[in-house]
Amino acid sequence: MILYLLRRLAVFVLSTAVAGVLVFAFMAVLPGDPAEVALGVNATPEAVAALREQFGTDRPAITQFFDWFGGLVTGDFGTSYVTSSPIGPQIGDRLGVTAVLVLGGMLIALIIAVPAGTFAAVHHRNPLGAVISAFSQVGIAVPAFLAGILLVFVFAVQAQVLPSGGYVPIADDPVEWLRGLLLPWLSLGLVQGAVLTRYVRSAVLDVMREDYLRTARAKGRGRMGALWRHGLRNASIPVITVLGLQLATLLIGAVVVERVFVIPGLGDLLLNGVAGRDLLLVQCVVMVLVVAVLLINLLVDLAYAALDPRLRGAR
Amino acid sequence: MRGRINAGLVIGGVLVGLVVLLALLSFGWTPRDPVLVDAAAKLHEPGGGYLLGADKFGRDTFSQLMVGARTTLYVGVVAVGIAAIIGTPLGIIAGMTSGRLGWLSELIMRVNDLVFAFPALLLAIMLGAVYGAGTLTAMIAIGVATVPAFARVSRAATMQVMVTDYVLAARAAGRRRTAVALRHVLPNISSVLIVQASVSFAIAILAEAALSFLGFGTRPPIPSWGRMLQESQELLFSTPRLALWPGLAIALAVLGFNLLGDGLRDYLDPKLRRIRAER
Repeated sequence: MILYLLRRLAVFVLSTAVAGVLVFAFMAVLPGDPAEVALGVNATPEAVAALREQFGTDRPAITQFFDWFGGLVTGDFGTSYVTSSPIGPQIGDRLGVTAVLVLGGMLIALIIAVPAGTFAAVHHRNPLGAVISAFSQVGIAVPAFLAGILLVFVFAVQAQVLPSGGYVPIADDPVEWLRGLLLPWLSLGLVQGAVLTRYVRSAVLDVMREDYLRTARAKGRGRMGALWRHGLRNASIPVITVLGLQLATLLIGAVVVERVFVIPGLGDLLLNGVAGRDLLLVQCVVMVLVVAVLLINLLVDLAYAALDPRLRGAR
Repeated sequence: MRGRINAGLVIGGVLVGLVVLLALLSFGWTPRDPVLVDAAAKLHEPGGGYLLGADKFGRDTFSQLMVGARTTLYVGVVAVGIAAIIGTPLGIIAGMTSGRLGWLSELIMRVNDLVFAFPALLLAIMLGAVYGAGTLTAMIAIGVATVPAFARVSRAATMQVMVTDYVLAARAAGRRRTAVALRHVLPNISSVLIVQASVSFAIAILAEAALSFLGFGTRPPIPSWGRMLQESQELLFSTPRLALWPGLAIALAVLGFNLLGDGLRDYLDPKLRRIRAER
C-alpha cells in the first residue's frame, strides 16, 4: 500500500512538473515583450530595459521558468505585468468561490443521481426506470450554461424568486449568498446529475447480477436491504471514477457558468486576464486549474485503493 | 454479426440528419441573409417572412440557425478528425506493443493522461490568449483535447483484437507489425472508432457552443449557436425566444450524436459493447 501511494504521488509530482513546462513554454512562444507592451510605443529603450529587469524577463527562459515554477510551489505567483498587483492573493480569493461553486454542484449531482440511478436499476424492467434513463439522456445533451440560462428564465424572469446573477460574500449576507448560488449550483448539478445517473444505474445493475447479492437475497434480505449491505460499496468503485472525471468537468463548466451568473471565481479571473492581455495571470490560473485536475485524478486513484484492496497491486 | 436497428439509432440518425440537412441547405439557400443588419426588422416577431423572428439587429433567427448548423458541423468534423488521426495510431501502437517494447505503450498512455489534464476549454482559452480566438483555435483545442479519448478506446479495442486467432496466425506467418496493424487491427476496431467519433462529435458541439458563448469560438458575424445564446442573454427578460431556439438546436444536436453513438454501438458490433466510448 505504501509503495502504491509513493508511486502514485511520484506520478502526480512528475505530471505537475511536465504540465508546468508545457504551460510555460506555451506562453513563452508569445511574440511581444511584456515590458514593451506595458510602456507603449513611445518608451525609450532605457526605460524598456529597466522594466524588463524589474519584471525579470531579461533573464534566460530557463531561469524564468524555475523562478516561476518555484514560486508556484511556495505560493508566490508573482506580480502581474499589467495591473502590477500580486497574483497569488487574487487567485486565492477566486479559488474559494469556484470551489464552493463546484462542490455545491457536485453535491446536487449526487443527491439526484444516487437515488435516481439506483431506482432506475432496480426498476430497469418497467417503464418508470426507462423514463429516468430517457431524462438522463436529455440532461446530458444540455450544457451547464444553457441550463443556467433556462433556470434564470424560470426562477428569475418568470417566478422572480431568485436573482439572475451576482455574488454576495457569505460574510456580508449569508442568505443572499445562498440565494445567489442556488441557480449556479443547480445549473452545474442538474446536468452532471443526469450524466452520473447513467453510471450509477449501470454500476448498480452490474452489482445486482452478482452471486453474492443473490446469496444475500436467499438469506432473506430484502432487495434494498441486500443492496445497501452488500452492493453499495462495490457499485461505488466505478461511480467514483466517473465522479473524479466529473469534478474536472465541473471545474471547467464553472468557468462558463461564472460568466452566465457574473460570479467572481477563477473562470472570471481567467477570462478577464485574457481580455486584458495579462499573460502571467492567465499562465498562473491555467496552471492552478490543471493542477486541480491532476490532484482530482490522484484522489480518485487513492480512493480506489481504499475501496478495493485488489487494485493496489495493479498499475 | 450485426445487431438490430434500435430506437436510439433511428432517433439519433434523424436528428443528426436534420442538422446536416440544414447545414447543407444553408450553402445554397437561407430564408433571409443571416448576417444582414436591418434596423426595421429589429426584434421582429415570428411570422411575416421571419419564421422564428429576428434578433436585436434584425437578423433572421432561422437563417442564423441554419448557418450555425454549418459552423457546428465544421468545427465538429475538423476537431474529431484531428483527434482520430492522432489518437488512433497512438492507441493502436500502445495496444500492440508489450514486453520488450512495453515502455512505448507506457509512455504513450502517460502522455495521454497528461493531455487529459488540459480540457478543451482551457486549451482553447490559452490558444486564444496567444494567437487570438477564432474558429481555428477552437477546432485545434477541441481536437487535441479529444486525442486521449481516441487513444484509450483504440488501445483497449486493439488489445482485444491482438489475442484473436487471425492476428496470431498473421503474426505466426511472419507479417510485419505495420501490416498487422493496417490489415487486421484497424478494420476490426473501426466500429469502435465510429462510435467514439459520434460521441466525441457531441462533446465537440458542446465545447464549441461554450467557447462561442465565452467569445472564444467563431468570430462575428459568422453565426454560431453558442454566440446566439450569449447575445440572447441580455434580452432574456423581454425576448426569451432568442435563447430558446439556439438552446434547443444545441441540445437536439448533442442528443442526436449521443443517441447515434449508442445506437451504432449496439448495431455495429455487439461483441465490442464492453468498450465504452469515452465522454
